[in-house]
Formats: sequence, C-alpha cells, structure tokens
Amino acid sequence: MVEREVFDKSILVIGGGISGLTTALEAAETGYRVILVEKEAFLGGRVARLNKYYTKLCPPSCGLEINFKRIKRNPNIQYFTLAEVESVSGEEGNYDVAIRVQPRYVNDNCTACGECEKVCVTEIENDFNLGMDKTKAAYLPYQLAFPMKYVLAPEIIGTDEAKKCLDACKYNAIDLGMQSETINVKVGSIVVTSGWKPYDASKIDNLGFGKYENVITNVMMERLAAPNGPTNGKILRPSDGKEVKNVIFVQCAGSRDENHLPYCSAVCCLASLKQATYVREQYQESKVTIFYIDIRAIGRFEDFYTKVQSDENVSFIKGKVAKVEEDPATKDPIVEVEDTLSGEKIKAKADLVVLATGIVPNMSDNKIPVNITCDEFGFAVSDPSKMGIYAAGCAKRPIGVAGAVQDATGAALKAIQSTLRR
Amino acid sequence: MDKKIGVYICSGCEIGESLDIDALAGVATSKYKVPVCKNHPMLCGVEGSSIIRGDIEKEGVNTVVIAACSPREKTNVFSYDPTAISMERINLREHVAWCHTPNDEDTQMLAEDYMRMGLAKAQKMAPLEPFSEEINKTVLVVGGGITGITSALEAARAGQDVVLVEKGPELGGWMAKLWKQYPKTPPYLELQETGIDSRIKEVKSNTKIRIYTGAKIEKTEGAPGLFDVTISQNGKSEAVRVGSIVEATGWQPYDATKLGHLGFGKSPDVVTNIMIEEMAKKGKFVRPSDGKEAKSVAFIQCAGSRDSNHLPYCSSYCCLTSLKQAAYIREQDSDTKVYILYKDMRTPAQYELFYKKVQEDAGVFLTKGEVVGVSEDSDKNLIVDVDNTLLGDRIQIKADMVVLATGMVPSAGIQVKDLPLEEPEGASDEKKKEEKEPPKDFIIPSDILNLKYRQGPELPNLKYGFPDSHYICFPYETRRTGIYAAGCVRQPMDGATCADDAAGAVLKAIQCVELTAQGKAVHPRAGDMSYPDLYMSRCTQCKRCTEECPFGMYNEDEKGNPLPNPTRCRRCGICMGSCPERIISFKDYSVDIIGSMLKAIDVPEEDEEKPRVIAFLCENDAYPSMDIVGRKRLSYNPYMRVIPLRCLGNVNLVWIADALSKGIDGVLLIGCKYGDDYQCHYIKGSELANYRMEKIKETLDRLRLESDRIRILELSIDEYDKLPGIFDDFMETIEKVGPNPYKGF
Repeated sequence: MVEREVFDKSILVIGGGISGLTTALEAAETGYRVILVEKEAFLGGRVARLNKYYTKLCPPSCGLEINFKRIKRNPNIQYFTLAEVESVSGEEGNYDVAIRVQPRYVNDNCTACGECEKVCVTEIENDFNLGMDKTKAAYLPYQLAFPMKYVLAPEIIGTDEAKKCLDACKYNAIDLGMQSETINVKVGSIVVTSGWKPYDASKIDNLGFGKYENVITNVMMERLAAPNGPTNGKILRPSDGKEVKNVIFVQCAGSRDENHLPYCSAVCCLASLKQATYVREQYQESKVTIFYIDIRAIGRFEDFYTKVQSDENVSFIKGKVAKVEEDPATKDPIVEVEDTLSGEKIKAKADLVVLATGIVPNMSDNKIPVNITCDEFGFAVSDPSKMGIYAAGCAKRPIGVAGAVQDATGAALKAIQSTLRR
Repeated sequence: MDKKIGVYICSGCEIGESLDIDALAGVATSKYKVPVCKNHPMLCGVEGSSIIRGDIEKEGVNTVVIAACSPREKTNVFSYDPTAISMERINLREHVAWCHTPNDEDTQMLAEDYMRMGLAKAQKMAPLEPFSEEINKTVLVVGGGITGITSALEAARAGQDVVLVEKGPELGGWMAKLWKQYPKTPPYLELQETGIDSRIKEVKSNTKIRIYTGAKIEKTEGAPGLFDVTISQNGKSEAVRVGSIVEATGWQPYDATKLGHLGFGKSPDVVTNIMIEEMAKKGKFVRPSDGKEAKSVAFIQCAGSRDSNHLPYCSSYCCLTSLKQAAYIREQDSDTKVYILYKDMRTPAQYELFYKKVQEDAGVFLTKGEVVGVSEDSDKNLIVDVDNTLLGDRIQIKADMVVLATGMVPSAGIQVKDLPLEEPEGASDEKKKEEKEPPKDFIIPSDILNLKYRQGPELPNLKYGFPDSHYICFPYETRRTGIYAAGCVRQPMDGATCADDAAGAVLKAIQCVELTAQGKAVHPRAGDMSYPDLYMSRCTQCKRCTEECPFGMYNEDEKGNPLPNPTRCRRCGICMGSCPERIISFKDYSVDIIGSMLKAIDVPEEDEEKPRVIAFLCENDAYPSMDIVGRKRLSYNPYMRVIPLRCLGNVNLVWIADALSKGIDGVLLIGCKYGDDYQCHYIKGSELANYRMEKIKETLDRLRLESDRIRILELSIDEYDKLPGIFDDFMETIEKVGPNPYKGF
C-alpha cells in the first residue's frame, strides 16, 4: 500500500489534529522531513468537527484548507492515516519506530467519485458526527476530508456489499484484500500531539447526560450547529427535532471538580460563549442562560465576553448546577442550581441543556509507546532528562486552538534541534 | 525556449458521460493549434500520468494543461517542476460535469469556454525564476527579558547566529524582578524559582549569541535575509546585517497613577503587585507609610484591566500573581490576613490546583465583587468598599495595605516617538465608508525597530497595541515578513507561555530565512517561487501599490517610484489589483493573463439569449466551497464562468472594463469576510476589492452601464450551500437588467 520511500532521520509527529498538522508543516517548511501519523482516516482531528472558532467565529475548515494545501505542495511531509505508533526504541537522534497502518480498503487510485457510496446500502454510525447520525459503510469522512479518499468500513468486508462496491469502482481503487501492515522508520526526534477527548459526561450522574435526550455536550452542540452536521446546521433538540427557544449551558461539567477533573479545561467558557451566539443567531427570540463559577475569558478574549454580555437575551448566573432532571411529559430538562452562599435554590426549565464538558488528554488511557513523562491526569510534562521526545497542544495541557498552534510551532523547533544535535 | 502546450483531457468521473470530449479537444487543436492534445479515461492513474510525463520528456511539452478534476485534487500526481514546466488545470469535474445537465448545449459551452480560458492562460504563463540574492541567516532578537533570552537560546540551539539587543543595562526583564513564580510543574502546588539567572548565564556564555545591552535599534532597513540594522550603544552606532527578527520587547505595567479611584497616589499603603515582588525579595511586607508590618492585605484584581476606562482586556497573569503573592505573605506570617477581591478568578488548566490550594488556606479570603473605592479612615487604615458581592450586599474591608493587581501594556502599544498616528483599524468604519479611503494599518511609533518602511516604523498593531496575528490557525502570521512578535508584546501571557512562544517565533524566523534563501515565499503561499516584476517605464508614481500592500513590500524613492523588496513579498498579488497602469506581473499570474482568460470567453449574440457572467473567486475559500457544491451535485446556472484568484484583492479594474466591453453581462466577485474579524488570508485583500468596486460602480453609472452588473460578496468556506442561490440570484438580476449593450461590438 505504501509505495513511497520512507524518510530517514526525520521528525515523527504522532497525531494529525491541528497541533500535529502545525508541527509537521512548520518543520517541513523549514526544510526538515516529517512523518505524520494519524489514527483516524483523515487529518484535522477535533477541530475538523468544530463549527466555528472562538472568538472570530470563523470556520475551522478555512484554516484546514490552507494547511492541507501546504501539505499538498510540500514534499517534505509523509503522512499515514488509520495509523498508530506501535513501538519506539532508541534515543535522541536515532529512534526506530514501528507504525501500524490499518486497512482502508481503498488505495491511492481513489478519485472520490462516489460510485461505491451509491451502491452501498449498509449504514454505520457516523464517527465524524460523533455518532449522532449514520453514514454509508463506503464513505468519505466529510466533504473537505484530507486525504480526499473514500474508506470502506471493516463491517462490510467479506460481504456481498463490499463486492458491490468493488464492482462499482471504475478506477481499481478498492482493494478488499488489503491487510494491516507495519512500517518501520528511523527518526531523529518525536513530537506527541495526541490531543484530547471530551470528558465522558455520563460519569457525571447528577447532570443527566445519557438519561435525558435533551441534555447534550458542547462537542455535540458543535455538530448540531455545523453546516455539515447531522441537522445541516440547524440547532434542533434531539428528542423531537424541535427548534430551541431556551438553552441552558452548564459550565465546569466535570471540570474543576475533585470527583471528576480537578483542573480547569480552559476552553469551555469561551466555547459556551461562542455556542450562545450560535443559538442567538439562529433564533431571534431565543434565550440563553449560562451557569458558571468563573468566566475565564483570558487576555483579549475578554472582548468577546463583553460582546456576548451585551446581548440582553443571554444571562449569566454564578452558581454550580446541582442536578438536571426532566419533565417526562415534554422532555424539557430542568436544571437545579445551588447558590452555595445564600443557600437558595434556583430551578430553571429549558428546551436544551448543554454541558460544557472538559478536556481529557488522550494519553490518560491510551498510552502511546513513547518514553514521555505525564502528570497524574495524563498531560505530558516537559522533562529535560528526556530530550528528543516532546509534546504539544492538548497533549500538554488544556488549551485553545491558537495556543495549541503556538505551542506546536515551538515544538517543531525543539524537534529540529534534536535532529541537529546528533 | 519555445512554448509547447500539451492538453490532457480526462474523461473519467462522469466527465466523459456529460461532455463531447472530441469537440472539447477540437477547441484546443483547431482554434488554439495546440500541438499535443490527448484524452484518457483516468488521467490521474499510472497510465494517464505517465502519458504526460512522457510528453514532457520526449515531446518537449513545457506547458501542461490538464482538464480534469479540481486543481485541489490529485496534486501529488499532477506535480511538475515550476521552474521548467507551466501548469494550468481546468476544473471539468466539480465545476462542470458534476453540477450541470449532462450533454446539454449549455454544459458543453461552459466546458469549451473553460478550455479557451485555460489555454489563453497557458499561452502566457512562463516558468518561474526564483529571486536569488546572498541571504544572511542571523536572527536578531530585540528585548532581553524571558522571551528574548529564550528566543536567543532556542535559535542558537538550532545552529543559528544570534544578535540580542536589550535596552536596559542588564538582561532578565520583568522575570528577574520576580521573587518566585507560580507552580508550573506537577503537582502544581509549590512556588518555583524563576530560573532566570541560569538562563542569563547560559545566554552570556553561548558563543553564537552576540549581546548588546544598554542598546537600541536606531533603524532597520532592508528585507528578510537582507536586513541592515543599526544598533546604538554607548553613543556609538554599529551596522549589523541579519536575516530575520524576533520582537520580544515585552510589556509595561499599567500606569497605577491612573488608578486614583483605587487609592493609588493618595495613600502610600496602596501599592502595586510589582512592588510586592520587591518586598518579597527583601523578605518583609511592610506598610510604606510607617514601616509597620502589614497584618491584613487586600488585593484588588483587575486594577485597570477589564475596565473600559482603562484596559478593556484581561491581562491574564494577575489572578495567579495575586494568589502567588498571597502565598508569599501567608508563608512569611501566618497571622496576616489576605483578602482577594475579584471579578472572576482566572486560573486556567492545571493552575486550578494552585488556586484550590490557596483557597483552602483559612487565612485567605476570596470575595467576588466590584471594588467601588478605597479610602482611609482616621487611624490610617485603608477601607475597601466592595459592591455587588455574591451576598448582594455592599461590604467594607479594612486592611493595612492594599495591592493593586495591575495589568500589562504591550511595549509596542506605547507611543514613544512623536509622529502623527493613522486612524486605528476598524475604529471608524462609518467614516471610512463615507470617505472611501482604502484601509490602512494602525502603527504606533513605539521606538522598537524603527523600520525604514514606506508604511511606517513599526509592526502594525492589532487592537490595544498588540502586534499580534489576527488568525486563530496561524498565530505567527505577520504583516511584516521576517519579523515575528513573541511574548507579552504579542498578547498578555505568563512567563512559561512566553518561553514556549519564543520557540515558536524563532522557528518562524529560521523558516523565513531558509525559504527566502531558496527564493521561496513564506506562509500562506509557502514555497511559491513567483514574485512580482514591475515594468517601471510605465509607472505613473500613483503610489497605490506602495500604500496598499498588506505586507509593506514596497518602499518608495523621492519621486514616488515603488522600490520592491521581493523577500518581503507574500505573492498575494494585491498590488496587481492596485495598479492602474497594470505594470505589476508574476511570471505565471498577471493582469494580462487573467485579462486574456476573460477575453477568451465566447460571448453569444444577444438574440441567443445566453447571458454570460464572470465570477472571480478567492482560491482559498470561495473556490473550495464551489468544489463542494460540485461534490454535493448541487446545480446552478450554467452561464457563469469562474476565474480563481490568489486573493480577491487581485481584481484590477481593467478586468471589469474588459469584460463589460466584450459584452459580458455581469461580474460577480466572491471573497473572504472583511472588517474587524477579517478572514482574508492577506489581511485586507477582500476589503480593498470592496473599496475598489465602490469606485468602479460610479464609473459604470457615468457610462450608463448599470452598476447592478457588478456584485461583490463575502463568503466563508463553509457556506457552500449558499453558492447556487448566490449564482441564480445574480443571474436573475442580470436578466432583469437586460443584455449588455456592448454585446457584438
């Protein structure tokens, strides 16, 4: 499957989200060779699933398009999708890395014409939309996906359906015999940009996620508002597809909480402010309430907080949400907020409740086989005794996109220094 | 070298099923007399692509025209050395076959027009000759605080020679004034040494780093790879050549004398957080008024920050600094009470754990509220009035000493030199519209770099004086190529972030000289080897190019002639759009090339009732958006002819005039969003296009051509579903306006 010659003595970047893309591109544009490994079928990671960035409210696909264009014209980058690092050995300047690539069942001949999708009837959970809808088992992850190549879901391999896809392809692009393979590379340094995942909201018993349909998470909200999401960008509540007139955001859902994540996830305040604008823009009469502990709109992001505050249909109430229940008749969630100081309890009903769930580093449970020091939460810690392996972005700490890119650019320099020292 | 064009038409992906390929090839071979014209059912396959390579090698084809899928696809297959081969790609798949009726007359006409347009362009494109000059790769770091020191060290570790200039007598900056720093490493609970002394030692002993302290930059001339910097030190001036620059000049505390309402200047016992660091170093927290130990200390957060009368932004370091200083005080004397009065406690990420620890200290009282005033009672105790507390009451706190957590002002935001200021960006949109002034940068003469640039002496500032990038995805984007801001001058940040930021800025500085040395552009057209060539004998010294380049590429001689600095150039082509004499050209992209494309369009006679409209699309956003329209098989009016542009700011008014005089019925321009939250990748290309179109509309009205024939719109890349409607709506307008009276002339 991999026909290209694999680079030697290059920089390995683990994770193809915005941080990994940045580290890879910045190093490659400086003249160094890079191998980028991504476990999903496409590059872009979490940001590809966002509707807009705070605080500019611009679409992430705009910057991704530029980054993909940068990859297309830079021969210094080699990338592997559906791939994970299996093992790493060696030391700064000289690592041996084994990369495991899972079969895509579609090769580089694919023109993304879509004929296989047309004949495919089996549907699978749409991972791009966080399982909120279905996609065909022969699919393009999303319209701007990079690489622009279809994927055949393993579910249909060995069935007649796969055979039908094979027959429909005019370009000999489907290879049902494709096997997973291991690729061995030598690299001089490694940057871990394995990113994050949202905190599992169902662990927060009292907030009703998983129990009540109209309690969703902030990452789901991004998909609901995105033009390429399950509702084509219309914010509709899951239980009945009704338009939402009254939305409550619950901040620190799991974050800043000894029982869940003791740290602050750093992005959720601004994410909720941004999502409040999604709701307000779509529904003129809508009302938004944000229950918070502190609004952390740091630096110049304060301007955005000020702007959202000036919308009189958005209210901010300081208080920790004690629990979320549901009106069984209407499926409206009911939020109970405890004002710890006055002891007063507020009860508020909404069409939709959005839990501002936090950031959990992927390294917390999915150990990458590299020798890197992490804190108790799974965030990488810089360790001067371990030169040659670096981390950037949300693998290091909860951080917004601009911060992650900044960090990833610096990590490219560290990785370059390591290849030079040897 | 003689041009030899090869045309390669792909009939795969429904192209062959919806178009008459032979007729299409006929356009190339008969009208354009193309010597090589071939088609293949899968041009991107091994066989197809080797046909092209074979023709290049054996037939001497040096200009390749590929009529297949979008130029965004299969780029690895259709990739040739741009210094030898010119390539033009015609989008028959996404823009024709996938969204128009198969085998329809109008669909075929559309494809044939695209063929003509592509060929017209190919005929005029020339292989690229990269700009070459002896490039210096030294990195100049301005500022010797934590960011500057780290920048110098990081650059040296990457093998670069470094010149470090600090205006003060010593290195270290604000970091050297701190007693300790708040916890940066697990378990995130204990205060840490700043470590600045060892870094200073390291920087001083590094042979790759030349240090100038007590020095300043008198002037900076030149361009990336060729900067000539004059450094003055001890009354002497020295000229140094460098390749790129990191501006790490840091910040100043907000002037506390402006905080009279918080008691500063009224009582000596109202101090700033900076003064607390000095006290901590001395090991005593005493009242300045009487030298008595302060037994109760009240911190006032956001002193000057998050305040529309002072600094509207959050200074980001003050919450943690006050928590740290509370810990200093409590560690020294466990009887001292500390009050922290805040609006929101902002301790992001793992810093939350330190906040939690301080919160648990019974001697620290954290109160959310608004401080309305600080006064003195008869016993010289300070009284802090706090309103809107969570209890809803107004409370009073009595303290021996009050600490103002003052914020950060970027050094680039402080006007030092007495030069006239331009209007700040976005500050008076209304006014701008009325006067129809082209958008200008906001540059504060802060005496940092003293650039000898036509557009002003310093980096252009964003809001509040930070010379930051406005892009979320590209935080090191700079409007002055080769000059990168880092640390607190760029945005408010803490010491640890400054060190990370230094590494990022240095990477960009090194990348810039490496690309420049190869004659290549930096971001966002990284690697592009084209650069503008000016046909000076036709220049009228109108100065539009020198004023409008978003990157300050042009200097000017005393007569007003533009003096290009190609290594500053980002190849956006906005100057091409600005030039009324059309003298600015790239080898593969020029006013003439695009003009030839639109002149190649076949305009049917009026009685055929087939109007023609040109759509100029930004290739970064609107164009990919239109590819998705194809991918989604959405259909739209087939009378539209799309021309992709590097930036909408390339549109030269002559194109509009040429199109209309040829009988084209309308021109649509679709670019990126502009204004305060601009999305244009070249800062103000789409805004300039808008400004220029305002002007042409007046001209049209005078010529009695309806201004409705021109429409300019903003579109984000994810608004593809709107595109068919935009096209159809514009066509409706054009039909209402009627055929262009110049048709047939």
